[in-house]
Amino acid sequence: MHSNSEAPRVKVLGPAFTASIPVLLGYSTIGIAFGLLVVKAGLPWFLSPVMSIVIYAGAAQFMAIALLAAGTDIVQMAILTLVINARHMVYGLSLLDRFAVCRRWKGYLIYALTDETYGLLTTVSPPEGARSESFYAAVSALDESYWVAGSLVGAVIGGLVPTEYTKGLDFALTALFVVLLVEQIRSIRRIEPYAIATAATVLAFVLFGPANLLVIAILASIAGILAFRRRLP
Amino acid sequence: MHNLEAILAMGLVTLLCRATPFIFFMKRKPPAVLDFVQRYIPPMIMTILVLNSFKGLRFGLAPFGLPEIASALAVAALQLWRRNALISIVGGTGLYMLLIRVL
Repeated sequence: MHSNSEAPRVKVLGPAFTASIPVLLGYSTIGIAFGLLVVKAGLPWFLSPVMSIVIYAGAAQFMAIALLAAGTDIVQMAILTLVINARHMVYGLSLLDRFAVCRRWKGYLIYALTDETYGLLTTVSPPEGARSESFYAAVSALDESYWVAGSLVGAVIGGLVPTEYTKGLDFALTALFVVLLVEQIRSIRRIEPYAIATAATVLAFVLFGPANLLVIAILASIAGILAFRRRLP
Repeated sequence: MHNLEAILAMGLVTLLCRATPFIFFMKRKPPAVLDFVQRYIPPMIMTILVLNSFKGLRFGLAPFGLPEIASALAVAALQLWRRNALISIVGGTGLYMLLIRVL
């Protein structure tokens, strides 16, 4: 078949895989650690991949292990999940335009929007001539596959994976955020967003401590950037 | 059964968080102020995510957060120099794995 819609799909997988390698390093190691913890907490092994598919949000899943093991009531778990994942509401705001052209994969892209995938989608440009939706979907699906595979491996044979060699590999996710920040600085050459976000994070940490740092810092940053509305383009 | 129900509830809440802006602005046009804010959300979020990675560091205790800070600076320097994300991330992560073993 010689249709135009077939050609781009071939082109996006390679670039999408290259873009996702940092996530591969981070998600597979943290996923294995997660699966291992699920089993150690006395939960059945299959809950590890089930959580990774149904919830697919790292911080909330780690929290869920302790809560499930303690038999916490569902309403309370839902509220805690809301607090941890409320930051994702803000992510979508800056993706409204990018996702507006998406059709077939839009629902999946929204479901699969983790911190790391958000970072890649807002910073890495789709390859020349390719459909952006196909590239976004490929990146998102690769990222999720690493997370689900890691959590499955960790739950099934986690005890056999020697951690003394892999210890520190999860730094790849911090490194990914540093790279994405450098690229943001390259494209948005204004001091205000970076200064405001830094001030907001430090302030949130000093006032409220490490718990819920992300959501408080993000809300404070938005309030801060709004104060500069007249001075910024 | 309780486990699966709780996981489903958490999954629904997470999905709702991710879908809220898309549902809210499905029919109506986003206000002008949002047009302004959304431009600066990615740089602010990246700054916050980087700082958030360091929130667990204990600067008062050896090795004083040195592996994390030095490796993150190495990642930034590599990225500015070569502009190859893979080199920056693999290099910085390698340095980190080395530093936490020798320091």
